[in-house]
Formats: sequence, structure tokens, C-alpha cells
Amino acid sequence: MKLSTYNFLTSMAIKGVKVGYPLKLTINKKDVIESEFNPVFIQRLLPKLDWSAVYSAAQVAELADDIPAAQPDNVAEDEQLLQRLHHLLFEIDVLEGQLECPETGRVFPITDGIPNMLLNEDEV
Amino acid sequence: MTRLKLKKLEEYLQCVDGFEKPKLLLEQYPTPPHIAACMTHCMQEQHDDIEGKLVADLGSGCGMLSIGATLLGAQLTIGFELDDAAVDTFRQNVVDMELPNVDCIRADVLHLPGSKWDKAFDTVVMNPPFGTKHNAGMDMRFLDVGMRLATGAVYSLHKTSTRAYIQKKSKEWGARGKVVAELRYNLEASYKFHKQKSKDIEVDFWRFDLSEL
Repeated sequence: MKLSTYNFLTSMAIKGVKVGYPLKLTINKKDVIESEFNPVFIQRLLPKLDWSAVYSAAQVAELADDIPAAQPDNVAEDEQLLQRLHHLLFEIDVLEGQLECPETGRVFPITDGIPNMLLNEDEV
Repeated sequence: MTRLKLKKLEEYLQCVDGFEKPKLLLEQYPTPPHIAACMTHCMQEQHDDIEGKLVADLGSGCGMLSIGATLLGAQLTIGFELDDAAVDTFRQNVVDMELPNVDCIRADVLHLPGSKWDKAFDTVVMNPPFGTKHNAGMDMRFLDVGMRLATGAVYSLHKTSTRAYIQKKSKEWGARGKVVAELRYNLEASYKFHKQKSKDIEVDFWRFDLSEL
């Protein structure tokens, strides 16, 4: 699971959960897979992302030194930051870990790179 | 410029493993490599809807359409699939083919609307369950989800017999729906109740344009 994907995941499908975001991420095993840098795409993606979840993912992935805690105004002009965002969001692949609902504590496991967001019938 | 020729794309897609034990209730028909190649190639070549885009594949199965989109340069492709065996095969295909920028999430497609995935994607692709047996109307429910997740275009396959109904629904959604191609879809004898060895059905390949919404 890429950390760009993580930024969109919620537990709001659970009955009674209001926001279900951000999920608390734990990484037990990760890999790095290089991919083509596309600064235009990142600039287009940024308005859809929640920066606080980008930053917390960076902390969990031990890349917090690369990413500012608050979103700078001029990301588009900062080539170095765009490169670091690319690495964080597209090149880190979480293989083993978990996502935890901030409201219920329900844990969604990540196994072999696949987050399992499926709920039981009695949870929806 | 499409980065892969159609023939080459189809060759790559022939390496994608399919369902080990297809499940009747989930209507797990694999998308044949030839059809997947033609579909994804058309999306890029004719409409520029793949390269550099954020793409969702709803009911992604073993990842045939997701991998087609990835090979054609999608910046990130996310497959959503309910079934555990299918997601495992999807992931194995991605690892074996050493593909970057493609994720698979085990989730119920019908639970996606109303979440942060709303309007998150440029392009949504799907080969939905046709919803003819135990899942009546399932293809329309998938299509409805696609309309809510995409900002640019939704691509889908539906039985030709439902064409007039889909055109009507498309208008209700405010999308400009168009049949891109008519296919003869060969459902191999995957399930025991298929008495004939192989049966062709008529299927429409649709593009729904959402860009003016």
C-alpha cells in the first residue's frame, strides 16, 4: 500500500463512526519501489490530500525530516519538496502493518501490501 | 502518444494470472487479455484518460484492467476488490511483473461513496458483475459508485440488452454516455452450470464523460 492511498482511507463505513479519519498507521515492514517523478501530478493531487495525514505518514515512515509539519504555500515552486513528496507518497510500499480507527479502535490489517478494509456484517 | 503498442500491451496482459477458483456468487469472469488491452489502449489513445492519471478499478478481480492502466502510464491505479483470493492474485501479479504505482485494497465497492474517495479519481474503469443471476442490478450499482468517484470519465462493460436503460440512467447522472465498441464477450466454461463449452454474449463498452459536470 502506497502512502498516497493511505491518505484517502477512512473507517467511516463502520456503523456509528462519524469521521473515521485519519486512521492510525503502523508500519512493520516496508519496501521502496522507484517510480517516475511526475511533479504536475503531485501538484494536482495535493488539494485532495490531507496534509496532517501526509505528515503523520512521514513520521511513521521515518521520513519526517523531509516533510514540513504544515503545508507550505509555495509547494509547486519547491522542486526538492515535490521530489520528497513523490518518494513518500508513491515509492514507499507498506507490506505489513495496520490501520486503526480513531473512534472505535477497530484494526484493519495490512498483509502482503494489501489493506483489508472489509467490515463484518454486524459492523455496518 | 501511447507508450505501448496494442499488440505489446496484449502480450504483457497475457502474463496476468486469473482466478484460481472462480466464485459463482461474485460472478468472477476474468476480463480476457485481448479485451482488456483494447479497452485500456482506447482510453489512452482516443481520450488521454490514463497516462499521468489517478485511476480506480472497481471490482478489480485479479487486476487485469488495473495492470493495463499501469502499463499505459497511470500515475497511480487503485483496485478495489471484495474477494481475498482475487486480491492475493492481484498483488502477486503486480509483484511478479515488478509494476510500480498500483495498489489493491480489499473493500466493498458499495461502501466507497460518501468517503474521501468521492471525486478523488480522474478515471474509473470497471468490468462489473453483470448482475444477472443472484446480484440483480449489481452492474448499475457499480456504475453509480463510479460516477461518484470520478471527475473525468468512467469506463464500463454492460450487456447490450441493457443499452437503452443505461443511456437513460446516464442522462439522470448528468453524464454523457457513449457506446465506444460492441464486443462479443466470450465467457469460457468457468462454472459448472454453463452447459455449452463456451458462450458468446453481446456486451457494450461504454465511456461516460463527466468533465462538464
